[in-house]
Amino acid sequence: MKVGVVVFPGSNCDRDMFHVLTDVFHLDAQYYWHEKSLPKNIDAVVLPGGFSYGDRLRAGVIAAHSPIIQDVQKLAKKGIPILGVCNGFQILVESGLLPGVLLKNNSLNFMCQWTNLIVENNNTPFTSQFKLNQKIPIPIANGEGRYYVDDDTLKSLRKKNQIVFRYETVVNGSSDRIAGVCNEDGNVVGMMPHPERAVESEINPIDNKPSSLIFESLLTTVGVKN
Amino acid sequence: MATFTVHVTIENKPGISDPEGDTILNDLVLKGTHKTVSKIKTAQMLKFTIKEKDKKTAEKKVQEICDELRIYNPMVSKVTIEAFS
Repeated sequence: MKVGVVVFPGSNCDRDMFHVLTDVFHLDAQYYWHEKSLPKNIDAVVLPGGFSYGDRLRAGVIAAHSPIIQDVQKLAKKGIPILGVCNGFQILVESGLLPGVLLKNNSLNFMCQWTNLIVENNNTPFTSQFKLNQKIPIPIANGEGRYYVDDDTLKSLRKKNQIVFRYETVVNGSSDRIAGVCNEDGNVVGMMPHPERAVESEINPIDNKPSSLIFESLLTTVGVKN
Repeated sequence: MATFTVHVTIENKPGISDPEGDTILNDLVLKGTHKTVSKIKTAQMLKFTIKEKDKKTAEKKVQEICDELRIYNPMVSKVTIEAFS
């Protein structure tokens, strides 16, 4: 199974993600610079966290115009699993692959802390191994992580089951405490918290097993493991 | 063709919270003696220098660029465009 980790100028969680994919879950991962193309036979794509283009203008907006995003859009249409974490989520939103927008946190602080997520949709390639309402202890690290949608879009997200993760408590002022969403088909998922920082017991003081299920779900989806 | 400076002001739409503006108002301005101030909104301004035949065309062109490249996010932001010769 081939997983592409897209690298933009300013990505800084690409190596953590690569480490988790290869060393922890034994996947065949490869980095793809944002000016390159993605191979057509790729099985999954991850847009990692960081500060692409220094968050200039708006987090993710400049990276959303990178040449590689056209390939990501094509793969998304084909149903290939695509995960955006933190800045990757911001890029997916700015490129129109996911609904909504990520605004500055209400506190205006860069928030770096542990949170609890609640799984709201276990019908995506990244959540199929979760039970509904399962809790995930996981860290966030962002300044622009407040997910916002207008009321009509929020109703539509609920109706179409596009809310994937919600924070257990109010963290940053996100609409409906949303921490992660998917597209209508469910194969493109974006989330602000960092699963790659939570799947190893050495760096997760609470419980690393729930976060691991994000990657276990991917493995199951693409038929590596049942 | 003449050269114009086009100011692009990007600000939150009404109803979208602006915690930075609120902080400047509540924790700075209203803590002083300036009690007549009722609202402060933050905005981002870009200044384009552009060669076009007239002011109107310059504004239209910059609006097109802003829409095409999502210089502002229409879901939460509004943009005001004004050209100066």
